[in-house]
Amino acid sequence: MTLNRTITPLITDAVSFNLQLKKCETYNLDNGVPVYSMNAGAQEVLMIEWVFYAGNWYEQKNIVAATTNFMLKNGTHKKTAFDINEYFEFYGAYLNRTCYNETATITLHCLSKHIHELLPVVAEILTESIFPEEELNIYRVNQKQRLEVNLKKCDFIANRLIDEYVYGIHHPYGKYTSTLDYDQLNKEELIAFYEKFYKEGNCTIFTAGQIPADLSTALNKWFGHLPFQKKDITPIQYIQQPATEKKYHIINDPAGVQAAIRIARPFPNKHHPDFQKVQILNNIFGGFFGSRLMSNIREEKGYTYGIHSYIQNHIHDTAWLISTEAGKEVCAPTIEEVYKEMQILCNEPIEEDELSLVRNYMIGSVLGELDGPFQLIARWKNYVLNEMDETYFYKSVELIKTTSAEELQELAKKYLTPESFYELTVI
Amino acid sequence: MIEYNRFVLDNGLTVLVHEDQATPMAVVNVLYDVGARDEQEDKTGFAHLFEHLMFGGSVHIPDYDEPLQRAGGDNNAYTTNDLTNYYCQLPAQNIETAFWLESDRMLSLAFSEKSLAVQRKVVCEEFKEHYLNKPYGDVWHKMRELAYTVHPYRWMTIGKELSHVENAHINDVKAFFFNHYRPVNAILVVAGNVKTEAVKQLAAKWFGPIPMGEKYIRNLPQEPKQNEARKLIIEAAVPVDAFVKTWHMDARLEKGYYAADLLTEILGGGGSSRLYQAIVKEKKLFSNLDCYHFGSMDGGLISIEGKLVKGVTMEQADSAITEELDKIKETLVAENELQKVINKTESVIAFEDMSVMSRASSLAMYELLGDASLMNTELNKYQEVTPNDLHHYANDIFREGNSNTLYYYAKQ
Repeated sequence: MTLNRTITPLITDAVSFNLQLKKCETYNLDNGVPVYSMNAGAQEVLMIEWVFYAGNWYEQKNIVAATTNFMLKNGTHKKTAFDINEYFEFYGAYLNRTCYNETATITLHCLSKHIHELLPVVAEILTESIFPEEELNIYRVNQKQRLEVNLKKCDFIANRLIDEYVYGIHHPYGKYTSTLDYDQLNKEELIAFYEKFYKEGNCTIFTAGQIPADLSTALNKWFGHLPFQKKDITPIQYIQQPATEKKYHIINDPAGVQAAIRIARPFPNKHHPDFQKVQILNNIFGGFFGSRLMSNIREEKGYTYGIHSYIQNHIHDTAWLISTEAGKEVCAPTIEEVYKEMQILCNEPIEEDELSLVRNYMIGSVLGELDGPFQLIARWKNYVLNEMDETYFYKSVELIKTTSAEELQELAKKYLTPESFYELTVI
Repeated sequence: MIEYNRFVLDNGLTVLVHEDQATPMAVVNVLYDVGARDEQEDKTGFAHLFEHLMFGGSVHIPDYDEPLQRAGGDNNAYTTNDLTNYYCQLPAQNIETAFWLESDRMLSLAFSEKSLAVQRKVVCEEFKEHYLNKPYGDVWHKMRELAYTVHPYRWMTIGKELSHVENAHINDVKAFFFNHYRPVNAILVVAGNVKTEAVKQLAAKWFGPIPMGEKYIRNLPQEPKQNEARKLIIEAAVPVDAFVKTWHMDARLEKGYYAADLLTEILGGGGSSRLYQAIVKEKKLFSNLDCYHFGSMDGGLISIEGKLVKGVTMEQADSAITEELDKIKETLVAENELQKVINKTESVIAFEDMSVMSRASSLAMYELLGDASLMNTELNKYQEVTPNDLHHYANDIFREGNSNTLYYYAKQ
C-alpha cells in the first residue's frame, strides 16, 4: 500500500492533557529566610539563587542598585575579585548576579558534588564585600564604553525610549543610564546600599536540581544566622508619568538601513482578571512564530526578520509591546500592518480552527516548560515573587483551554485600541 | 553516559534513538551534512537561505509550522559553516506528526517561487539587522577573508554580500536540494519519551520510501599552513577602537583541538582567566576581552578580540597580548590551572546534557563527525591533555606567522 502523505496523522489534542505542576518543597532557615526547593533531574547539577529586594526600585540615585549587584564579586575583606572568580571557576561553578527592577539576585550553578566548598564563599560575599575603589574605577570606564557602543544601536535606543514614554523617566521601569551616572557613582553609596538591602536585606532562596540530602542543613549553617529579614521593607510607590505625545520618530544614525519599531501601551499587572486571557490573545496577535504579525509581516511580506508582541514581565503595572526591526523603506507599511492586525482582532471573532491551534500550541509549550528542574523552579519563583501560588498555574491552563473567541474579541476591543499606543521608530 | 540505539535505513538514512522516559516530550532532529563551506564563492549565503525555504511548504504539505503547532509542538533550525540542523519538540503522543512533516520535506520541497521571493527579503533583513546595522557588524566578514585564502570558511553563513541572496534563483534552489537534502546525506535523531521499536517502524514508514540520492563527496580546498603574519587596518563609524587577532588551529577531530579548547579557557574563559586578569584588570588596556574558538570541523580559528580603553594605542594592546601569549608558550601551565579548566569542561558538559533537545543535537553532530559514541568519550579526551601538550600546541598555534590581525579604528 502506498503511503498517503496528504493525510495528517492523528493527534491527541494537547488541550486534553492533564497538566500537573510538580510541587515545590518549602522550609525556613533559622532566621526566617524562606527556601523553595525543586529536587528533580537526571544530571548531578544544582542551581541555587539568592533573591534580595535590592533592585533599582530601592535606589535613591541611578544605577546604584545595578552597580552594587555587579560588584558583589569584586572583593571581600579576605579575597580579591580574582580570588573569588578563581575559586568558583576551579570547581567549574558559575556565580552570576543580575539586577532587576524589584529584585536583585546571585545565582550559583554547579555540580552537586561541589556545593559544600562553594556555599561558604557565597556567604562571605553576602557579609564581607568591600567594593574596592580600584574595581569601581575599572567598572566605570568599561561600562561607559559599553554604553557608548550600545548607543549606536537603534534597538537599544528604542528599548530605552519606549519605556520612558510608558512609565516616565523617574519610574524604575522607565529610567535609564547615562555616562554621567557612572561618573557620579561613589563607593560609600554602594556600601550603604549593600548594608541595607543585602547584608540586612530581605532574602529568599530558590534551589533546584539534584539536591543533596544535607543541603538544608548547610544552607542553615551558612545563611540561617545572617541578619536577614530583620526589617520590613517599606513599600515604595512610584507613580507612572506617561508621555503626553504618542508618536516619535528618531534618527540616531543617518546611515542606518533599518528602523527599530516599538509600539506599546500600559497594561495592568499579573493579578488583573484580564491578564491570563490576554496572554492567549497576545499569542494570536504576535506571541509566536505562527502569530498573525509574523505570518503577515514576515512570512507574507518579508518586511522583517522577526516581529513579536509581548507583555513585559513586571511585578507592578506593566506594558503590552510590539517590537521589530524592519527595513527603513518598509517601516511605514510595517506600522500600518500592525494597526490593521489590531483592527481585525477587534472586528472579527477568531475562527475556531486558529483558536484551537493556539490552544494546543500553548499547552504543548507549557508541557515542555514543565520539563527539567531549572524551568520548574523558574516558574515557582515567578509565582512566589508575584505573591501567587499554583492556583495561578491551574487557572491559566484552564483559561487556555476554555476562553472563547467572543471573550478574546471583547479584550481586543478593550486593549488593542490604536489611540492607547505609543509609537516609536528609531533609525 | 548517553545511551542510544543506531540503525540505517536501506536508503542510507542514519537513525539514532535516545530514550528518556522522564520527559513527556519527544524531539525529532534532522541534520543535513551541508553548510556554508559547501557553497560556491559567487553564490554564498545559500545554505542558510535554504534553511528558510525548508519552512515554505513541501510537496504534500503546504505549511510546515501549522500542523506542528496544532500538535502542540515547536521547532527551529540553524545553519553553520559546517552543517544545517532542524529540530522540533512536541508532546511524545504526537510524534508521528513530526515524522510526517520532516519526511515530506526530505522527499521534496514544493519549490514555491513566492516563498523564495519572501524569504530572500527576510534573509536580507536578517543580514541588515545583524551585520550591516550594528557597530562592528562587519568584523567577521573581514577577518574570515583575511585568515582564509582558499578554504570556504572565507565567508560567513549569512553570505558575503546581500546581492548573492537577492539573486538566488529557483533553479539554484532545486539543484541544492537534490544535491544535499537526500537521506544518504542526513542524520535523524529521535529522543525523549520514545521506544526504539516504535521509532524503527515510523522511520521505515515515513522516511523509508524516499529515494536514496547520491552521497555528497566533500572535496574542499584545505587552508595551507600560514607562515607569514597578515594584517588589515580599517576605519569605521564606531565609538571605540577594536582589536581582533586570530590564529589557525586544528580541525575538530585532530588532537590539537582539545588542547586549543583548553588554551582558550585558560586565556579567556571567565573572570580568573589570564588575559582578563592581566590586560583588563591590571593593565586596564581593554574594556572587554574575549578569547574563544569556533569549533569548526575543518581547520578552525582561535580568536582574541576586544575593545580598547580610550587613550590606549593598538600597538600597546597588541604587544600586551603577545606578552601573555609568550608566557604560555614559555612556561608550563600549572597542574592546578589545567585542573580548573578541565573541571569547567566537565561542568559545561553536564549542564549541556540536561535538555533532551541538546542531547539530540549533540548525538547528531558527533554522528556527523563519524561516530555518535564520541559524545561519551569527550570528557576523557580533555582529561588526557597534559601541561606538555598545552605547551606544544601553544607554541604551534601562537606563532606570529600563523596570525591574522585586524585593527579596527574608530573614525575620528
